[in-house]
Amino acid sequence: MRVALLVTHIRAEEKLILAAFNNRGISPDIILDRELNFNISQGAEQKAPSGIAWRDYDLVFERCVSTSRGMYALAVLNSWGLRSFNTYETAAICGDKLRTSIALTRHGIPQPHTRVAFTPDSAMQAIEDVEYPAVLKPVTGSWGRLLARVHNRDSAEAILEHRQTLGDYNHHIYYVQEYIDKPGRDIRAFVVGDRTIAAIYRASNHWITNTARGGQATNCPMTKQLNEICARAAEAVGGGILAIDLLEDAAGNYVVNEINHTMEFRNSSKPTGVDIAQEVIDYVIRQIEVLA
Amino acid sequence: MMTAETPLCPECDAEVETPDDAMENELIACAECGVELEIMSLDPIELELAPEVEEDWGE
Repeated sequence: MRVALLVTHIRAEEKLILAAFNNRGISPDIILDRELNFNISQGAEQKAPSGIAWRDYDLVFERCVSTSRGMYALAVLNSWGLRSFNTYETAAICGDKLRTSIALTRHGIPQPHTRVAFTPDSAMQAIEDVEYPAVLKPVTGSWGRLLARVHNRDSAEAILEHRQTLGDYNHHIYYVQEYIDKPGRDIRAFVVGDRTIAAIYRASNHWITNTARGGQATNCPMTKQLNEICARAAEAVGGGILAIDLLEDAAGNYVVNEINHTMEFRNSSKPTGVDIAQEVIDYVIRQIEVLA
Repeated sequence: MMTAETPLCPECDAEVETPDDAMENELIACAECGVELEIMSLDPIELELAPEVEEDWGE
């Protein structure tokens, strides 16, 4: 099996993924997104930066830290018929919080009350419709960057003015959510195909609980209810290898907050006792063998 | 163990220890100044400042 591992650079996760492939006798070619130069009309006959024609790869495994490079590379490669994890369609939905919200709504999956508006005036109305405190997020972005919890009209006006004045057009899409008063933690669950293989709590004194922002990871026991909502959420965005971020509301019910398509998991195997990289790669290999 | 070939941090000039299983294009951190570095080659080891995090980076 010939595999292209598409990366921006090598992080802890990519080393774990390479080791998991190696454990199964596969040595992926590492392809840097900075070296891509696609001739869109030439198709998969053209050579990848590895010197091998794209058509000769059985799988492209996309692990770019750059969401846009990864997504557009998948758009090209999938259009040529190459198989990939994840697919362009899944990446395009997960890379956009609004599209994720639409997909979750379509599939009836609980999520925070969400609104979208396109001007500061209508965004102010959206914030007051979801009521204070409200959460403002960019539609694209990760690691908890540029999130704002808005407590009153004064701070809402200031944030909206800053975004309208200083931000590019992406920041003029005002994605507004109700604030879920979670119990000092959220949940990250790892879905592979239709199975939720592991989950962690991310605990923090800060309302932003991303591990990239200092959230502490501990094991979250898997339950039938948690597995079910995660599997349904994954299916809603097209399925594949996904990390589902969930919040627990005041009644203890789960709501899906975000879905990540190039998940980071370096801090999650140890507390869960699950070899996440190997689970992922074994699933990928099975899928490619079935399709071959 | 540091050797005469131990690479230097391009930011602070400190010696940087690289992992035994270091790979090209791997990100590491300088223990002295904390800056993120990218391993550009292995033989000899060459380090550059890692690219600045861009707005669309993340998972």
